[in-house]
Amino acid sequence: MHPVRKQRLYLVLFLVVFSSAAIGLVAYALRGNINLFFSPADVAAGKAPVGQALRVGGMVVDGSVQRSDDSLVVRFEITDFQSTVPVVYEGILPDLFGEGQGAVASGELDALGVLQASEVLAKHDENYMPPEVADALEKSGFDHKGNAQ
Amino acid sequence: MIPEVGHFALITAMCLAVILAVLPMWGAWTRNTVAMGLAPSLAIGLLVFVGISFACLTTSFLQDDFSVKVVASNSNSLLPPMYKFSAVWGNHEGSLLLWVLILSLWTAAVALLSPQLPLQVLSRVLSVMGVIGVGFLSFSLFTSNPFERLLPGAPLDGSDLNPLLQDPGLIIHPPLLYMGYVGFSVAFAFAIAALLGGRLDASWARWSRPWTNVAWAFLSLGIMLGSWWAYYELGWGGWWFWDPVENASFMPWLAGTALIHSLAATEKRGLFKSWTVLLAIFTFSLSLLGTFIVRSGVLTSVHAFATDPARGLFILMFLALVVGGSLTLYALRAPAVSSRVSFAWVSRESLLLFNNVVFLAATLTVLFGTLFPLVMDALGQGKYSVGPPYFNAVFVPLMALLATFMGLGPVSRFKSDSVSRWRKELLIPGLVAVVCGLSLPLLGAEYNLWVALAALLSAWLVLGLGRDAWYRVRGAASLSRGLRRLTPSYCGMLLAHLGFAACVLGVVATSQYSVERDLKMSPGDTESLAGYTFEFIELVPVRGPNFVADEARIRITRDGAPVTVLAPQKRRYLASGSMMTEAAIDPGLFRDLYVAMGEPIGSEGAWAIRLHYKPMVRWMWLGAILMGLGGFSTALDKRYRRQRQPALESAPGAVHGT
Repeated sequence: MHPVRKQRLYLVLFLVVFSSAAIGLVAYALRGNINLFFSPADVAAGKAPVGQALRVGGMVVDGSVQRSDDSLVVRFEITDFQSTVPVVYEGILPDLFGEGQGAVASGELDALGVLQASEVLAKHDENYMPPEVADALEKSGFDHKGNAQ
Repeated sequence: MIPEVGHFALITAMCLAVILAVLPMWGAWTRNTVAMGLAPSLAIGLLVFVGISFACLTTSFLQDDFSVKVVASNSNSLLPPMYKFSAVWGNHEGSLLLWVLILSLWTAAVALLSPQLPLQVLSRVLSVMGVIGVGFLSFSLFTSNPFERLLPGAPLDGSDLNPLLQDPGLIIHPPLLYMGYVGFSVAFAFAIAALLGGRLDASWARWSRPWTNVAWAFLSLGIMLGSWWAYYELGWGGWWFWDPVENASFMPWLAGTALIHSLAATEKRGLFKSWTVLLAIFTFSLSLLGTFIVRSGVLTSVHAFATDPARGLFILMFLALVVGGSLTLYALRAPAVSSRVSFAWVSRESLLLFNNVVFLAATLTVLFGTLFPLVMDALGQGKYSVGPPYFNAVFVPLMALLATFMGLGPVSRFKSDSVSRWRKELLIPGLVAVVCGLSLPLLGAEYNLWVALAALLSAWLVLGLGRDAWYRVRGAASLSRGLRRLTPSYCGMLLAHLGFAACVLGVVATSQYSVERDLKMSPGDTESLAGYTFEFIELVPVRGPNFVADEARIRITRDGAPVTVLAPQKRRYLASGSMMTEAAIDPGLFRDLYVAMGEPIGSEGAWAIRLHYKPMVRWMWLGAILMGLGGFSTALDKRYRRQRQPALESAPGAVHGT
């Protein structure tokens, strides 16, 4: 074979092997490392799987935030004004987390339907709403204060 | 009055950009010297008018002109002056104006600093920059006018800058990042000009290389500052989140790293020409994609300002136009400029090629992970998010592979080399690296295999570089004379590769050896962490210029010896009422101590307190600074400062494409 052609053949072979390895790696890494967003209504309807990584977002229900006196455990509820999901989180909440504000919690649902959150995201400025939360509220037909649209 | 002047200057700049996009291009086509000769003046005019416009917006911010909408919604009379200044780009409209300003800066820089460039090439390059300028100026003018007034009914005071953005790091992070992002437009413009002219040779690579390296250096520093800011300002001690917006700046960096290496092969050996052009297009497209991701509000992120679908659509259209147009041009012209130079498998060329394959794979992985949620959402398949484990699982093996071969790069020779020579050169560095890898983790809290691997690879890189540099320096009459033998571009490579080694070590050591605890502490409590004792002394109220805060005083001792007293704060900003955590850090080359406050717990004055011990976390930022310095250093090389060739085109007939 012509040396240039041979070189090209090796190059193509190398690229094929390398890229299939990379794609395999990506597919492997993607498995179990992505999580899907559910609105509280989806969770209530039983669409959300138990024991898998997922996210739930909505507004934090007024008066629902309960902090433990002797640990960092916090309980609160997230609503889209149709249904409500209870959340348990241990740790420090973000600064803009608050009652009546939008929040997204990621974690796993336990058998009792409580979200055991490993991370809580709140909006990061006053005028901003996480797009997932805005969307979930739009679907439920309420605005962020709970008034029917 | 001032905002109107700014608006008018922006419109004038838009007109100049249109002329710049059309006239010199037409001149290059028809070989009209007068039209081509106008390009540099137009580029400078563009800079002047965008500069006036930017100065006007800045003045409005500094003078608290709350009748201007962006000032009213992003500033406040209590805001310290330096944050009023940085508030100019702490919002969508202003940051876009900064984008345009930096684009015109690069354009004018190309116009002024390219005396060696043939006029035809220069006018094509500047024209392409003009086209990009038209795109972004019209984006600014038609969808996000920064000078929009709130008249009548201007508010008495503004609603304040987001407290997260009130930070010195944020004053320079966006400009540096944009210098990098937008700087790749120069590489792109050179690539397009080469395709248009049908002339793609070593001199093209030599012209475009310093610009690309400088843009890459700025981007490295910009990303580093962003990471550092996230570390101390977001209040939970993370330094990289694989957040889509971070990825948006990281993708051009990865592709740009591939580009600067493939440009080296193109300049030195005339290889990979079509590939280099494609990479230049790809890199700038990723910069545009990044702008789209950040500015369209499709993602949840600190960087997403208020959402407006029209804006997203505009950038998406522009992106499609630029990518589609340049790829079409590439498809039409690339075969005409390809060439065939052969090289042996064991050579520096194949190592550079390997670098390109790895960086391209890394870029595509990040691109996939970033776009996957967007695509699934657009297809109505649900709202996914792709987390850090995905990126880490792909990135760690890729970087380990890269570092292994990277050690060979600097000692290898172009064209043809031999494995036995590599063995001879690198046997001792390799053995010493193994010893380092085995022994260095013993200094840590416990033996860790990941750290051992990182130490092995970093030592392999550093020792290989050291040996190569020593071989170049030795034999000179004196050490200083020997050091002078090293060219700026060699020093740049040295710095950047050392920086990479420092990054690898820092990232791995800090992720493996960090100790983090969130706990409840009351004044008087002590806790110990990683051999340090943290004592919560007292809680005091503090008043700042535009906030009030609770400040905790935490005394840190080690074996009874005082280390420092840290004072983290929980701030409430007066204008917006928003809460902000201000972490306190005791920095060090080998470890950081990090304390942040959560919220009060119970009624007896207890607080949730976050304590971190972070070994070697500074090494990655130090590494990024070294990479940046390396990038700047390469651009100082003498060979980039040749005089202008007397003829319009040095080789007659080279413009066969017109």
